[in-house]
Amino acid sequence: MRTTSPVHEITRAEVEEFLYEEAALLDAWRLREWLELLTEDVRYEVPSTDAPEGDARTSLFLVADDFERIRSRVNQLLGKTAWAEHPRSRTRRLITNVRILDSNGDAMGVTANFVVYRMRMAHVDTYIGHYEYTLVRRDGALRIRRRRAILDLEALRPHGKVSIIL
Amino acid sequence: MSPVPLENLVIDGRDAGLFRVHRSVFTDPRILDLEQRRVFEQCWIYAGHASEVPRPGDFLTRRVAGRPMILARGDDGAVRGLLNTCTHRGAQVCREACGNTKTFQCFYHGWTFDTRGRLVGVPGEDAYSPAFDRQELALASPPRVEVYRDFVFVSFNPTIQPLVGYLAGAKEYLDLVCDQSEVGMEIVAGTQAYSMRANWKLLVENSIDGYHARTTHQRYLEFLVETGVDPARARGRRAGFGKALGNGHAVIDNEAPFGRPIARWEPRFGEAKRAELEAIHQKMVARFGAEWARRITQTSRNLLIFPNLIINDIMAITVRTFFPVAPDYIEINAWALAPRDETADNRALRLDNFLTFLGPGGFATPDDVEALESCQQGFANREVQYSDISRGMKRSEPLIDDELQMRAFWRQWHALMRGSPLAEVPVDHAMAAER
Repeated sequence: MRTTSPVHEITRAEVEEFLYEEAALLDAWRLREWLELLTEDVRYEVPSTDAPEGDARTSLFLVADDFERIRSRVNQLLGKTAWAEHPRSRTRRLITNVRILDSNGDAMGVTANFVVYRMRMAHVDTYIGHYEYTLVRRDGALRIRRRRAILDLEALRPHGKVSIIL
Repeated sequence: MSPVPLENLVIDGRDAGLFRVHRSVFTDPRILDLEQRRVFEQCWIYAGHASEVPRPGDFLTRRVAGRPMILARGDDGAVRGLLNTCTHRGAQVCREACGNTKTFQCFYHGWTFDTRGRLVGVPGEDAYSPAFDRQELALASPPRVEVYRDFVFVSFNPTIQPLVGYLAGAKEYLDLVCDQSEVGMEIVAGTQAYSMRANWKLLVENSIDGYHARTTHQRYLEFLVETGVDPARARGRRAGFGKALGNGHAVIDNEAPFGRPIARWEPRFGEAKRAELEAIHQKMVARFGAEWARRITQTSRNLLIFPNLIINDIMAITVRTFFPVAPDYIEINAWALAPRDETADNRALRLDNFLTFLGPGGFATPDDVEALESCQQGFANREVQYSDISRGMKRSEPLIDDELQMRAFWRQWHALMRGSPLAEVPVDHAMAAER
């Protein structure tokens, strides 16, 4: 029997705290801990720069991962043959303008702006855009069911790649 | 430092079986200037695909060989390349990435051109003398524009041979791609627009390099194994060969270790797909016979159409073109090409398969970018003057991990750079046996 319990009203401060923790894990390359923030049915997507509203089933993306693909990506990044990230880059993420767009108790839509700096081999590449998240509660903690990084860049130039988790 | 004489840029030692390329070709801005005139302005250059502008009035803008260009389908249904500069004072008459229109109006003084490029409106035209002729002030076009099976090419060389002859042996491989649909292939929405801090010719080499897979792409091959591909197939030496196709075009042609949406099953596609892909294969057999069908579905190909169009028909099809901005920097555009009539499910499978390997977020392309940027950095050591591209030169049948196909590119490049008019470079120049 399904009971309707009073839903704990999420606050923006709580969401911000969660996103800052996530960014810290990614910047510290603590990618296995980051994986634990994802639900099993997660999608992580980076659309192409000229199709920011696209659907990965009908448009060519830069990244369109399910959980298995992300886990493989993480294992590769932590291994020694993801040459684009071996040696590893340094990254620094600024997450801001966090907004809760909707919340229906179980799931909430969140957006946030980002600037991700990637420093490597004497270059600094700046990724600018915004995130669209679907966050859910699992055992009292926030988890990520959908994470879409939408770039404002007109092209991946001069970056040339999205080899980090954006 | 004085430039290296042109004849020494490529050393083609067929007797000894040694092939060397002088590294100044990757770093010297004078070489890039000469390439613009002797390569990019002499050859047929890919501008786009007719499916990108399907309806009359559809247009897109992009740079082709350094020129801001409009690819437009006129109200007469013909696809044209129009040089995006107002014939009045120079502004770009179209400043949108793509769309549909009846006219292009220059915002500077309001001159208006139709979708065929004709000048149809000049504000205050009575101020001009009788010699003012609208017809000669139409938007300019590259001297030649031709289409082969929806691939639109332009050339700035008015006397170049017709496109289909220029394609030489590459036509067969383009046909293997285009025959994958009865109603035509199309470019899928979404452009992978990226770049590389490396010379454009490094990407040519890399795109048809069967030797680097086992080291550069080790993580991708392990991913295949993880997802159920037979380890011997993923890690073993692939059956296949490199081939020169004439006019500098080249291919590596091989048995695919990965699944192909058309139509080679792999475990990751799921059991439900197995029968469906086999049915697609059988349909190809009925249309084309067993051998052509086998080549379409079971083999993959990395095709170079000289100088800068790559069509890799591998775990999906990518159409990739790139132009140098500087000796050590290129802009790359890559698209997915797909049968227009495939099911929504197979389209999704294709795009998913594409992203396993291809593109700036895939499990392979970022490592290629890394490798080529590393080469470019290495070239600062000018004491090491030559790169070696001799692999397999004395082998009677070139294998997939030999470098014959790269030598085919370099021989054509070298002939053009030494000033041979394109028409005088024999088609089979690069096809000549090396043994």
